Amino acid sequence: MTAELVRGQNHPLSQTRVEIRVSAGTPVLALASACDDAGRLAGPESVAHPGARGLPGLEVPGTVAGEHRFAVDLDAVAPAVHRLGVVLVLPPGGPVRFGAVPASYVAVADPEGAELAGYTLTGLDAETAVVALELYRRQGAWKVRAVGQGYAGGLGALLADAGLGGPAATALADVATGLVPSGDITLASLPTAAPPTIAHGVRAPQDAAAGTAPAPPPPPPEPLPGADVPYPGTPGAAPGPASADTIGGPPTIDYAHPRRRRTTSEPPEPGPRAVPSPEADRPPAPVAGDASGWSLDERLYNQVWGMFEDLARSVAAYRSACDFAESRMDRELDEALSDPRHRLGGSGNAARDAARARHDELVAQARAVLDRDLAQLVAESEVVEPALPASYARWANPVWHGHAVPEEAPLALRLGDLHLPERPDLRIPMLVRAPLERGLWIDNGRTGSEAAMTMDTDRLRRAAMDMAVAHAVRLLAVHPGDRFSVHVIDAAGAGAASLAPLVAAGVLAGPPAAGAAGVTRTLEALTRRVDLVQMAVRAGAPEDLPPDVDLADQLLIVHDFPHGFDDRSVTRLRYLADEGPAVGVHLLMVADRDEASAYGPLLDPLWRSLMRLSPVPDNHLADPWVGHAWTFEPDLPPPGSRVLEQTLERIAAHRRDARP
Amino acid sequence: MTVNMTKGQAISLQKQDGGTLTAVRMGLGWQAAKRRGLFGSRTREIDLDASAVLFADKQPVDVVFFRHLQSDDGSVRHTGDNLVGGAGQGGDDESILVDLQRVPVHIDQIVFTVNSFTGQTFQEVQNAFCRIVDETNGQELARYTLDGGGQYTAQIMAKVSRVGGGWQMTALGNPANGRTFQDLMPSILPHL
Repeated sequence: MTAELVRGQNHPLSQTRVEIRVSAGTPVLALASACDDAGRLAGPESVAHPGARGLPGLEVPGTVAGEHRFAVDLDAVAPAVHRLGVVLVLPPGGPVRFGAVPASYVAVADPEGAELAGYTLTGLDAETAVVALELYRRQGAWKVRAVGQGYAGGLGALLADAGLGGPAATALADVATGLVPSGDITLASLPTAAPPTIAHGVRAPQDAAAGTAPAPPPPPPEPLPGADVPYPGTPGAAPGPASADTIGGPPTIDYAHPRRRRTTSEPPEPGPRAVPSPEADRPPAPVAGDASGWSLDERLYNQVWGMFEDLARSVAAYRSACDFAESRMDRELDEALSDPRHRLGGSGNAARDAARARHDELVAQARAVLDRDLAQLVAESEVVEPALPASYARWANPVWHGHAVPEEAPLALRLGDLHLPERPDLRIPMLVRAPLERGLWIDNGRTGSEAAMTMDTDRLRRAAMDMAVAHAVRLLAVHPGDRFSVHVIDAAGAGAASLAPLVAAGVLAGPPAAGAAGVTRTLEALTRRVDLVQMAVRAGAPEDLPPDVDLADQLLIVHDFPHGFDDRSVTRLRYLADEGPAVGVHLLMVADRDEASAYGPLLDPLWRSLMRLSPVPDNHLADPWVGHAWTFEPDLPPPGSRVLEQTLERIAAHRRDARP
Repeated sequence: MTVNMTKGQAISLQKQDGGTLTAVRMGLGWQAAKRRGLFGSRTREIDLDASAVLFADKQPVDVVFFRHLQSDDGSVRHTGDNLVGGAGQGGDDESILVDLQRVPVHIDQIVFTVNSFTGQTFQEVQNAFCRIVDETNGQELARYTLDGGGQYTAQIMAKVSRVGGGWQMTALGNPANGRTFQDLMPSILPHL
């Protein structure tokens, strides 16, 4: 199994004999650089290139090719070498920038051929040389890090950045790229007038290699205006300026790696950022996707839950310190009061002041620690939130504007935001795994919370129904076209205004069911589906289902419960709530518990089995670690935004195209 | 350079280069009971448990043990209960990790204890040890050998306490009797 790395991420290597595999979209040179623990090259002999292919423990290929494989024996690497860099260079005469060729993929494999870690080099533009991976020593073991640091100035700038003197770097670069036969390299033949390179920033100056005549062709003077379009995709002529620059390159710019299927639920690759410093002492800059998982979605999901847990625990530490400070002050004040020595003279006041000072000091310390933690989490949130895929993203996130119907079901869904009173602006996405294990219940009752009490009934009901519609649109949008259908029961037609966009777009399985007959019919159909699918699953014969059974996941929105429900329908609804989730039938109730009070305690298990959400901010959710009361806030499209309608249009268009 | 600590000895948890420690781990290891021929399943397994009790002003405020594997603030973590012990080859069978920078400010002492949950005394346990490791570099700071320790079922190992801006560790090595840390509370309190 391969760990797909993102830029800056590292991965431990359990083996010391590994194979480096390079798969580039265009013929490239693969080089290796051996640096010390500060990332500096000892000299030109520390670079393995086609002119001098061997370094202790490895030998790089001598040819220019689209695919490279070479073995590395990490045990044989010289002890002074702490970092082995895998460098890809575009040879002269081919494409002049990595941005013009398909993204390369570099992997580390074990001797049996199984890939341990891989990294796709995305986001490159005018670079002609790039440090793709780095194998480095960490506490006696080796690890691999995805670096992806490119140099517009070519290999010369790359080597100069690694501490090789400017002329030596340029000369070595020329030898390595085959411009000068390797026998000719002597110090005497180095051009003395070579300009000093000033390549210590993140990117080398673009003209770093321009001073020497045989250097690789200079890169384009500035980034192309169209180069940051994430997914041009359409075949045909490249945008104007690109065709001028990509001599001999493929006609279109395709950033996708040929072997990697890109799902549209994936967020765009994060923009260029400084490679994290390898020193462990500095607090690392937060990176989106900095968690374990097989895919970026899974990593982001785990990262969000990690942030949730960290915030819960940091606040728990702060609150327990404050509680302790409070109880200690109370005790000391009591003691000061009851101490007979304090009755005469002013010593009592001094004792009370001392107790208060001790309290304030401890609270201030706790606050400082909390602020440090919160600052870290806020920084992480700022990085993570824009990187979220549509199913995890707020409606305000730009990812929704470029959203297309995905090919795979989502890993998780965002139901809203969570925050704590200590830092109300730090919002944690409330993510639940999809498919939903429990039904949802949007509480439109006014007795549910204080915020609901202050709203009038009509507005609250409208808000609850709008929220339900937003969830339905999100579910429809993040599932593949034919894998999700939505049914609505709106017995009295009271939710018609909110449901209008869904009805107008024609994405519902049928018109909203009205009246007692409609309720019965819809519930009957879904009950039959649950029953049949359960039977088929139990018998192990899912292919024997009647052809009219819809195998897509179903969402049933129930509005106005229990209006239009008879006893039989209530029993059916409870059956769906209990048995449905296991076979892909999910319930979304928009209801006021008080209106169903006529049923007495009979319905309590139904309410308890659903996850309660509120259309207004309400602190009814507890975290699983320390049990804080978190304030839930629904996530609705920003006022005036047409993101819901646009998303619905896209879903409807996709469905029209799917069945011609 | 391991310090084989003696009872009551205090060492400051300062790194050799002057920086304070940021993360320590208490490791506990012991050798599994020997198999007894045909009816090996009847062998009485030995279950030792490591616990950490967090004190603020001499009041216990949190505890990390096999039923509560992480302190509420997340700074102290138990890696999980081991019911049978290891081969006694020097590896830790149970570990408690303390992220000293994250410990809430009001907690000023953390006491580590070892209990024999299955009731064997330390005389019957082979190769039992307990150690404190600097988690950042794996260096062993202190080690205690438990076996041959007499007719006791528990030991109050060590305490880590705040001194100035840093932390210092004091080896306690006080034998006691008890099944879990709760039975030890009366014996712990005099050491605070």
